[in-house]
Amino acid sequence: MMSSNGLRDLRPEAGNWKHEIPRAAISRVFLLVMSLIYLSPMYWMFVTALKSNAELGSFPPTLWPHTWAWQNIVDATKNFPFLQYLWNTTFYAVFTVIGAVLSNFLIAYGFSRIKWPGRELLFYPVIASIFVFIEFPVNPITMIPVFTLFTKLNLVNSFVPLILPSFFGNPFFIFLLRQFMLQIPDELSEAARLDGANEWQIMTQIILPLTKPAIAVVALLAGVNAWKDFLGPLIYLHDDSLYTLSIGLEFFKTEHRIQFNLLMAASCLVILPLIIVFSLFQRFFIQGVTLGSGKPQN
Amino acid sequence: MANFSRRELRSLFTGLLCVSPWLFGFLAFLLYPLLANFQMGMTDYSGFGDATWVGLKNYQDLFADPLFWAAIYNTLFYTIFAVPLGIIVAILIAIAMNQKVREIPIYRALIYLPSIAPTFALSMMMIWLMNPRFGLVNYFLGLFGVPTINWLGDPHWSKIAIILLAQLGAGPIGLIFLAAMRAIPSTVYDAASLDGASSWKKFYHITLPLITPAILYDIIIGIGLGLQIFVPAYIMTEGGPLNSTTFVALYIYNNAFKYSRFGFAAATSGILFLINALLAISIFRSSKFWVNYDVE
Repeated sequence: MMSSNGLRDLRPEAGNWKHEIPRAAISRVFLLVMSLIYLSPMYWMFVTALKSNAELGSFPPTLWPHTWAWQNIVDATKNFPFLQYLWNTTFYAVFTVIGAVLSNFLIAYGFSRIKWPGRELLFYPVIASIFVFIEFPVNPITMIPVFTLFTKLNLVNSFVPLILPSFFGNPFFIFLLRQFMLQIPDELSEAARLDGANEWQIMTQIILPLTKPAIAVVALLAGVNAWKDFLGPLIYLHDDSLYTLSIGLEFFKTEHRIQFNLLMAASCLVILPLIIVFSLFQRFFIQGVTLGSGKPQN
Repeated sequence: MANFSRRELRSLFTGLLCVSPWLFGFLAFLLYPLLANFQMGMTDYSGFGDATWVGLKNYQDLFADPLFWAAIYNTLFYTIFAVPLGIIVAILIAIAMNQKVREIPIYRALIYLPSIAPTFALSMMMIWLMNPRFGLVNYFLGLFGVPTINWLGDPHWSKIAIILLAQLGAGPIGLIFLAAMRAIPSTVYDAASLDGASSWKKFYHITLPLITPAILYDIIIGIGLGLQIFVPAYIMTEGGPLNSTTFVALYIYNNAFKYSRFGFAAATSGILFLINALLAISIFRSSKFWVNYDVE
């Protein structure tokens, strides 16, 4: 499941697991319990999505659908403009990724590959702002003035307020990329400078290719964050036609009662792309976390 | 300034050019709103038209509003329980992911799985999972003789339900702890084993002290996340029952976007920021007493 690249430290140590059967048995019981707890919500979402209305109301709940109501998935997409919202969400995610990659690469480069007076001093605000920007791009601490600003610019009810902040850097990503770039030896840049390369050439031809793994992490996390964003679309997108999947799911709640099987079917469809991305790029998620904590695994 | 060489001036210029998007973002999306919260907080503003200056009236109204104090209580309650529980859960996850069995990548993926699901989807699912009549949680607890709990309908349980929901997303912090554990040289454990230390003693005297930097990071992030908690309450309980899940963020949202009290909401945001900054700074200052900085 996991690629070996850069993850040696996180892999189970090869060797004598075969000889320690009792220990391994205890490990497996513990792991099974943990996995069951963590799998059960997602499993329940999936199973509920495929239950018929009649089976939904049965108690005790059936752990496995007697009849597989695959029709629920079709019905769920008819309950709200699924394709439209899928497109909106993708639009939001793609432009967030573009903004995040461009801005954070450039900013991290300035904070790590160029020596200039005041650099370390200016980096303090980056670190200090992490706790406000935990929710990005919209957080309850800054949202009122920022929303007012975008109202005055006549940009509410568009994707601009959601996407624009990504073009001005995010402290988590700056930190992550800077950590990565600091590990690239200075001599590489110096040698290129002596050969007459300008800063732009050094940035794009030497540092950019070497930073690709970390950039991939930023792209992935930024896209996933946009996909998961709820508060941003909630306050900025007012027309039904602009909704993302996150607030589109609220359609299932406005009726007298929630049809949970259809809601869960729709939720599965929202999560499915994330699961695909996660299984394809699992190592990037893990690198992102460990790089961001200042403990690079390379 | 005058005695910079040409080259230094050039690199200063290039460096500032590179970080200029951040400087702009910092001013426009952080410093400006933080200050504007206090300026707007002294006005009556509906979100449209002109704001009228009202001085400290919003703050007086705010401090006189029992719902504000309920929101502060709920938010602090949530944070104070969710953060330490989150540390325990993340340590359990790290220990699980650190087990030496062949199929460990599968377990890791399963444990991490809910962390990639959006909070809004997990919240929707929790409504069903915690349904008092048809929910899986009560069914499971019932097998052990636990009486029916109305998780989202009983003000004593509603915050606990949201605290439990947050634990599903402990995967990333678990990975950070795992990386911190893996950074501890195995020779330390070998030496302790030779001295006959039990597993618990090794964990308490070696592992725990050496992962304190990761714990500090988790507390700072956890406080920020806790104080900004919004989505589960908005989706699952809408602040109820009996305002038991009206968190500060929901209070701000409702005042601004439901009741068009932008000035009032901005005043609340300013106070939320002060609480967050105060807590983060005190935790950070306390770290020299309990965080082990000797590693590496």
